[in-house]
Amino acid sequence: MSDATEANEPAEQAGAGGSEGGRRVRVVLVDDHRMFRTGVQAEIGRTDVTGVEVVGEAADVDQAVTVITTTRPEVVLLDVHLPGGGGVEVLRRCAPLMTAATDPVRFLALSVSDAAEDVIGVIRGGARGYVTKTITGTDLVDSIFRVQEGDAVFSPRLAGFVLDAFASTDAPPVDEDLDRLTQREREVLRLIARGYAYKEIAKQLFISVKTVESHVSAVLRKLQLSNRHELTRWATARRLV
Amino acid sequence: MPEAAAPPIDDVRPLRKLYRSDDGRWLGGVARGLAGHLGLPVIWVRLVFVGLFTADGLGALLYAAFWFFVPLGIGGVGSERPPAAVATETSSDGRRRLVARKPDKGQIVALLAMVVVAMVFVGNVDLDGSTKAYVVPTLLVAAGVALVWRQADNARRARWMAVGRRRRTLTIARTAAGVLLVGAGVSGVFVLQGSAAHLGAVLQAALAVLVGIALLAGPYLVRMTQDLSEERLMRIRAQERAEVAAHVHDSVLHTLTLIQRNAESASEVRRLARAQERDLRAWLYNPEGTGKDEDEEPDTLAEAVRQSAAEVEDKHGVPIEVVVVGDCPLDERLTAQMQAAREAMVNAAKYGGEGGAVQVFAEVEGETVFVSVRDRGPGFDLDSVPDDRMGVRESIIGRMQRNGGTARLRAVPGGGTEVELEMERTATT
Repeated sequence: MSDATEANEPAEQAGAGGSEGGRRVRVVLVDDHRMFRTGVQAEIGRTDVTGVEVVGEAADVDQAVTVITTTRPEVVLLDVHLPGGGGVEVLRRCAPLMTAATDPVRFLALSVSDAAEDVIGVIRGGARGYVTKTITGTDLVDSIFRVQEGDAVFSPRLAGFVLDAFASTDAPPVDEDLDRLTQREREVLRLIARGYAYKEIAKQLFISVKTVESHVSAVLRKLQLSNRHELTRWATARRLV
Repeated sequence: MPEAAAPPIDDVRPLRKLYRSDDGRWLGGVARGLAGHLGLPVIWVRLVFVGLFTADGLGALLYAAFWFFVPLGIGGVGSERPPAAVATETSSDGRRRLVARKPDKGQIVALLAMVVVAMVFVGNVDLDGSTKAYVVPTLLVAAGVALVWRQADNARRARWMAVGRRRRTLTIARTAAGVLLVGAGVSGVFVLQGSAAHLGAVLQAALAVLVGIALLAGPYLVRMTQDLSEERLMRIRAQERAEVAAHVHDSVLHTLTLIQRNAESASEVRRLARAQERDLRAWLYNPEGTGKDEDEEPDTLAEAVRQSAAEVEDKHGVPIEVVVVGDCPLDERLTAQMQAAREAMVNAAKYGGEGGAVQVFAEVEGETVFVSVRDRGPGFDLDSVPDDRMGVRESIIGRMQRNGGTARLRAVPGGGTEVELEMERTATT
């Protein structure tokens, strides 16, 4: 695997033709359906074309933790519903790997469910993105590279949930600044929710793609770190907890 | 749009059956249950009972009889539910949700209070000495029996509350108290009959017999209760499974059959699969969703957007992704906006469908409702459309302007068209 990806490579090249720059990414697949793993493998696993190398598979939480610890992939494609505690449990037990100084493992949730509690749960658990299983192979490869670079991948629906979650924090004065989305972040999220790709958002707002990505990453950080009470209130109002 | 009138739901009700009410009851829930059954205010029923009580305690007897013979159920008049005392909520599709519930100590207190009141009442009635002496032990026995027998009622309720284990200690305590009361009452009768001298011996013998029976029948009884609870668990599971199976059969298998039959028509297959996916998703992930009431008229914005999207998706076979942020009730202006949005969706599905999914985004922000519909089709230039084509001009832009909103059409940098609709909500104060 080459680590040239951390350099200032423009993200526009993160598309399907990932191998052009010799970029490689090591991926572990965690999903309890073998058929699905095989399907994803077939879709993204042609390493010379996509640049994705599937180095391990797991079907439940224990297996996942073992495989991830031994193979140390760069990206884990994680199903949300798993026997043994679900994706959140995997995230919890792999927390040290996520924050490791060298070669941190990054998680991308890949689920058939786009229910709010699933999405918010794994994002707060530390996943760097959330995509649904209806995603195309090309987009999935794109998302994997984006996550590997440390960026967040938001689906329109996920952006909608986040906007919803932060909507209520506007009115009351919030003590921590961290809890609030800036106007720009909100704008970016809104465009994601409207189905724009990062590149299109950049054009629309006259900013660079890197800036869009840093806004999205900031939103993700805020979602993980802060607004304990706000999120709880939001979740309780919807009877999610 | 199929303008199917919503069926009047409230008119068709199952046959009213008398139940004691579980919510907001003071004692056994008899008055509330009766009031609900007869359609009278609770207070009237309660007053009648109090009135009857003064007539030689007839009210108390009646009340006790009702309490004993009428099963506990969900009924009664509009009860304001205290937040912590709701047992289960059965949603429309029959799935149960457990909400926190406190064990009802109040019921035992009420029972004891009734016993005391009855004793005082009986004490006031004139009886000759010898008969009077038997009254207290008899009442004790009656109270004990009542305490134990009422258990059956609670078992019935426990079934609604799934297989709860928290009430077990309470159950044991109640049984013990009941046995104690009966024992005391019976002993009292013995003492009164003058056989007090043999009481010790009799108690010993009784104890020996009891221990013997317990030793012989105990293991059998324990196993039987275990089998029973296991069986109950299995039955609940089987029921759940049957429900899932029924749903899968109703919709999924039928859809698969349709897909097999229409295998050559890719668009038809896609349409069926999308509709089925949406239905199943609503059923699985949405606690309220049954996936069956889609024909009913929506009354909030989010529902309206989702329903329009679903209908357009079904009709044109183009996937539509919907994101809704916030929600609010529909008013006249928003209904117009929804119609405009629907027209925009139809256009997007018709002319921009090749480029992939149509994205619909709706947001309620304060008093403003914003809807965006975008496709990734070849794009669209309003000026190049002949004047006689009214779709966009009248159905979208005109309709929005007539209702005090704005509509914008624009080309998206990456290709495709986006329609933005903005509308102020009607001020409701």
